[in-house]
Amino acid sequence: MSLQNLRAIAAIYKFELHRFRRTWLTGLLVPVITTSLYFVVFGGAIGSRMTEVDGIPYAAFIVPGLIMMSMFTESIFNASFGIYMPKFTGTIYELLSAPVSAAETVIAYVGAAATKSLIVGTIIFVTAHLFVDIEVAHPIAMAGFMVLIAVSFCLFGFILGIWAQSFEQLQVIPLLLIMPMTFLGGAFYSVHMLAEPWRTITLFNPIVYLISGFRWTFFGKGDVGIEFSLAFVAGMLAVCIAIIGWIFRTGYRLKK
Amino acid sequence: MASIIDIAGLTKRYASGFEALKGVDLSIEEGEIFALLGPNGAGKTTMISIVCGIARPTSGTVRVAGHDILRDYRGARSAIGLVPQELSTDQFERVIDTVTFSRGLFGKPRNDAYVEKILRDLSLWDKRHNKILELSGGMKRRVMIAKALSHEPRVLFLDEPTAGVDVELRRDMWKLIGELRQTGVTIILTTHYIEEAEEMADRVGVITRGELLLVEQKTALMKKLGKKTLTIVLADAIAALPPELSEWDVSLHAQGHEIEYVFDAQAERTGVSSLLRRLADLGIGYKDLNTRQSSLEDIFVSLVHQEKAA
Repeated sequence: MSLQNLRAIAAIYKFELHRFRRTWLTGLLVPVITTSLYFVVFGGAIGSRMTEVDGIPYAAFIVPGLIMMSMFTESIFNASFGIYMPKFTGTIYELLSAPVSAAETVIAYVGAAATKSLIVGTIIFVTAHLFVDIEVAHPIAMAGFMVLIAVSFCLFGFILGIWAQSFEQLQVIPLLLIMPMTFLGGAFYSVHMLAEPWRTITLFNPIVYLISGFRWTFFGKGDVGIEFSLAFVAGMLAVCIAIIGWIFRTGYRLKK
Repeated sequence: MASIIDIAGLTKRYASGFEALKGVDLSIEEGEIFALLGPNGAGKTTMISIVCGIARPTSGTVRVAGHDILRDYRGARSAIGLVPQELSTDQFERVIDTVTFSRGLFGKPRNDAYVEKILRDLSLWDKRHNKILELSGGMKRRVMIAKALSHEPRVLFLDEPTAGVDVELRRDMWKLIGELRQTGVTIILTTHYIEEAEEMADRVGVITRGELLLVEQKTALMKKLGKKTLTIVLADAIAALPPELSEWDVSLHAQGHEIEYVFDAQAERTGVSSLLRRLADLGIGYKDLNTRQSSLEDIFVSLVHQEKAA
């Protein structure tokens, strides 16, 4: 990759982070407050009645799920908004007429969105430490898993941002699909706590594999094997990259 | 002069089946100001969008500064600056930030001195720390030009640069375009304002319904297709044109005080002297004469009407 390409990537990346800095108060405070509220409601009120899940204190058990839940929505929102806004304001003309390849465009937008998502994920992790003592069993795997999740969901958000033709469409998938799937994907409970046939049905929810994998990096155990979680993340990455490749080849909702 | 843009057999058919461009061939010379005229929906913006990489051609080839826009898009796009018709800006960004961003987007190293020069040339330096939303429409248009010039392009596309701006600002814009030309930048502008093309362009292309009707030097075009109108201011008003004047293309105006005669200035016999002799024979006195060359607008309207009639 030439210096010229790197400058273009850096320009988009900095521009996107600059937009995040403009709204840092809501961007950072909201996840902190939301996480605190979850700890008050789930960790305090419910956790006092349900002390342990799979041998893990309940307040600690929900931490990976809380981080994942915020990272899913933040990643999708940041990446979809990042590419949707130029479409909405019309400034997309500048990107399309610039000597920038599809790969460079994706690296810049997804990189910036993933950075924001990782910042939020880290803040939630630090906030959680204020409420509960957690020891991370596999810290490097945890960091790697966070990066993989951020990139995967940002790629998904990027696709969503290109597909969306209104602000309503932009919010449909995160609010009506991802959020319910996260709640039902074991963020606040173990899949083993469910009775059949719900346990089996839940295993069709892809979010289960992501939360379980991330929980494994914390406690060394999850609802499903870590290999299934990694395979699912790899599959999601591959599918998103393939769809984005098709979008840029055909110009779907980007070029006339 | 060497050409900087070569368009050959360019067609564009949308998914709906609408054919926006029907085999356009065009060559733009380096350093010229080229005006592309045409009514709404003629294909002007489609053509610009394809050259700049915003739309995909259905067939045909386009080369910019020797680079094919599809095979060597980086080389082609690096040479182009685009100011689209719509005022599309990041409203919450500061002027200097958005111009610096554009330069980086085109892969150019940071150059604060050059950005300052552009902003000063466009009278934006004092507004450099303002957010774009705080600027007037005319200033926003200037910001878009600054963004387009930020990466030192050899070709500048101005799509309807003065659409919706007041007369004073339009004059300022013309001056600015003239100054840009002095720097060696090739300028291609589309416009509805024929006056604009007449004022600035070296060459004019007329496009309608996706076909380029003609490309001519502006002065040659006006000379070739231009008609002249002779206005004869009469000493005394007349009630109607005498039948003895029927062999000339004359009409009566200003409550019978003026006779207008439209003639071909390039013709061997213009008929002016014979008309004046006939008026003298008829005892119709006149106190003033003046002639007016047809404007580019007259030519454009005539061409488009001919095309529609065909």
